[in-house]
Amino acid sequence: MSDTAVLLPDQGQTRKTGRWLYAASVTLLCAWVIVPLYFLLINTLSAPETVNSFPKSFVPEFDLGSLTFFAGFQGMLTALKNSIVVAFLTMVMSILIGAPAGYALSRFEFRGKEAFRLLILLTRAFPLPLLALPLAVMFIRTGLDDTAFGLALVHTTLAIPFAVLITFSLFSGIPVELEEAAWTLGCTRLTAFTKVVLPLILPGITASAIFAFVISWNEVFAAAVLTIENRTLTAFLLQTLGEAPLHLKFAGGFILVVPALIFIFAVRKYLFAMWGIANR
Amino acid sequence: MAEIQIRNVAKCFGSYQALHDINLTIADQEFMVLLGASGCGKSTLLRIIAGLETQTTGEVWIGGRRIDHLPPKDRGIAMVFQNYAVFPHLTVFENIGFGLRMQKMRNDEVTRRVTRTAELMHIEQLLTRYSGELSGGQRQRVAVARALAMEPDVILMDEPLSNLDALLRLEMRAELKGVLAESNTTAIYVTHDQVEAMSLADRISVMHQGRIVQAASPVEVYRDPAERFVAGFIGNPPMNFLPARNTGAGRWAVANQVFDGPDVPATALEFAIRPEDVRPADEGLEARVRLVEPLGAHLLLTCDVGGAMFRAILDSDMTVRAGDELKLAAMPDRIRWFDPDTSLSIA
Amino acid sequence: MNARLLPYVLILPVTLFLCLFFLYPFVLVAAQAFGGADGLSLDNFRDVVSYWKFPISLKNTMLLAALVVPVQLALALLMATMVNRMKKGRDLVLYIWTIPLGISDLAAGIIWLAIFEQSGFLNSMMTGLGLADGPVNFLSYQNPGMVFLAIALAEIWRATAIMLVILVAGIGLIPKEYYEAAEVFGASPWQRFLRVTLPMLRPSLQTALILRVVLAFEVFAVVAALGGTVMPVLMGEIYAYQFDLQNGGAAAAMALIVLGISIVFTVIILRVLRVPKGATI
Repeated sequence: MSDTAVLLPDQGQTRKTGRWLYAASVTLLCAWVIVPLYFLLINTLSAPETVNSFPKSFVPEFDLGSLTFFAGFQGMLTALKNSIVVAFLTMVMSILIGAPAGYALSRFEFRGKEAFRLLILLTRAFPLPLLALPLAVMFIRTGLDDTAFGLALVHTTLAIPFAVLITFSLFSGIPVELEEAAWTLGCTRLTAFTKVVLPLILPGITASAIFAFVISWNEVFAAAVLTIENRTLTAFLLQTLGEAPLHLKFAGGFILVVPALIFIFAVRKYLFAMWGIANR
Repeated sequence: MAEIQIRNVAKCFGSYQALHDINLTIADQEFMVLLGASGCGKSTLLRIIAGLETQTTGEVWIGGRRIDHLPPKDRGIAMVFQNYAVFPHLTVFENIGFGLRMQKMRNDEVTRRVTRTAELMHIEQLLTRYSGELSGGQRQRVAVARALAMEPDVILMDEPLSNLDALLRLEMRAELKGVLAESNTTAIYVTHDQVEAMSLADRISVMHQGRIVQAASPVEVYRDPAERFVAGFIGNPPMNFLPARNTGAGRWAVANQVFDGPDVPATALEFAIRPEDVRPADEGLEARVRLVEPLGAHLLLTCDVGGAMFRAILDSDMTVRAGDELKLAAMPDRIRWFDPDTSLSIA
Repeated sequence: MNARLLPYVLILPVTLFLCLFFLYPFVLVAAQAFGGADGLSLDNFRDVVSYWKFPISLKNTMLLAALVVPVQLALALLMATMVNRMKKGRDLVLYIWTIPLGISDLAAGIIWLAIFEQSGFLNSMMTGLGLADGPVNFLSYQNPGMVFLAIALAEIWRATAIMLVILVAGIGLIPKEYYEAAEVFGASPWQRFLRVTLPMLRPSLQTALILRVVLAFEVFAVVAALGGTVMPVLMGEIYAYQFDLQNGGAAAAMALIVLGISIVFTVIILRVLRVPKGATI
């Protein structure tokens, strides 16, 4: 009895310290993510002279000089456009090709299913950009070299394992009884899919499409290997890393980051659900 | 006319045989319950009739038409699922009208039918809601209404009440029975709950390990189980079994007593009696009480008779304690006999 | 359509696609790597391995992976458990922590360049606090350790998020009852983490580690942005073989070496974190 009385305030103290420590660590970890981004923002929103000067100010001066310079830089806007085109093609192709397989994995038991799953998982655990090397030769032969479509094909290879596994988990989240009910109510397999499964799955499909977009948007190595005239933004920036002035690099980096921020925000609800089931 | 005939239907999942040579005829407008423990094949059979599963061999006929090669939509059936399968992206109205829309029915006709079935199921005030805003019982009603709105020849139900809580289940059971009796449809209802089966069915098919072991009226299944399995499955608690030894001339020794039984040459049979079909008496099976469970109206006794477990249901005004010795007289016309080799009932 | 054929029809596009753009190029790489003047040969491998930069780039890549992956794992586990018991602001914190998931390695390199370059924020801060007399050129030949650290920090900053997402999702799948049971039986929070969370998280840990380790061997753009030529890594060498030296055979051989290393580590991780059959949630 007296023991607890003595212990109580002490325990309360420990708990308070613990909570304080916990809140501090969370804040610290948030800062760890945000502060570097903030530095990039300062540099982007500063005049080129400021970016190259020393020491740096820790508040942005809201000068669009760097961004204007970026927009005016020879080939930069084309590269930006190429990036968008490639990412868009990747997004469309990976969903159109990947989603049917995801559906098959979630709904059917068939011979070779395990082998197929293994192929998908293997693809995911593979340094895929390396395969851009032989594809470069193959593309030259087929006339796909240095085209947005050719690069999109490689990026689709990157995105497909994710598309398959994510759509697999999305489809698995739709009870098969809903489809069966639709069949007994006069639907064919196809109409049951379009009337029942598709409306339910559309937000998730959008999320995984966005995921594919980001994969392509961010890819550097294959893009650098496979494009020469029609550089994507990442490939262009990589190429100019050596000689480009600092303010160009930072503005370019900023343009690379912005869609990422928006996309992660858009798919945040699905991020965890997608990974949770896809792991099994 | 929607008589259902199941002819020699068998189903294998790989090397596992889920159904063995099922033959069953369900009369037009009959309410047939498929009853059995989980894994007995009852749901598989229902799904084969619905067209959600394909039989390995055999045929299914509905209303004189062979339908086992048709997709579900062309079989003239409607189905109620265990988890209701109410479409979450549609309102209750659109859920009930889903099948009608698929038939390209005119708008006013859809409205008329949906409203009517909704009233029948007492959900007319929920028509604009979505599945997520409904309770389990309300979803159940929507699922049934959706099936009824199709005005199908046959309605198939796969454990439709098993996800409801006990009180609601009782209420829905009575309601289902009334609604289906008026609808003139043939119904097949799958359940593992024997009380549900008894209360709803015109006929019960008891299934065990992929076979139908008995298809008969609820009373017959209860009173005259065709197989030892049925006797040991139906009833709560189920029938008591005691070994019987042939003493000649149709007389059988059971524990401390001798009973009149079938005059067969076998040396041993099994004597079976329901717990409620015994009475305490001066003469009877000597029972030592092990456990007394008061159930309100009755006392459930677990006793030891000749070394075997024996249950008896007695009136609750009796005073019995564990350790007491009783004599229990079996009602002669309620005694059943089973062949221990074939497990079949012997008349 | 025949229900038996349907699944095959559905997986056909992916299978064809992967055969054409995954298996076939893989065969091509192998053929190119083993191809010599007269048929099969290991010349390309011999050339690549005996080049003076090879041991350095291999060492750099391995060291980087060895430093980055464990730190990321620890950090991701810490963040995942923190977020797991969070009630208020969970969504916001998770969003912030997963932002780097969408950021490319190139962009991450550029972001950390803003900090480490000579006129960058680290120098500004140190001068401002009087810790240094003037700007130091961190990212130069004189400071290989600093270059390595900058690259490691950028990698940790960028790629912890993917592990975090996988682990948070994995922890979400563990039923609360297990924790309650462990608590009832007297397990402390730390013991609950060790005895319940970690073992049950094995499938997720597996995925997260494989993905991260493979990606760690592919480190390229961060290095290019921060280290330039100061710190050669395997992927950078492949790029150099392909473009600067125009030696496709050598690039292919290097690619196969990176592949080989990735596969070895994948197998090791699968083995070590194997989930016994029937022991899944």
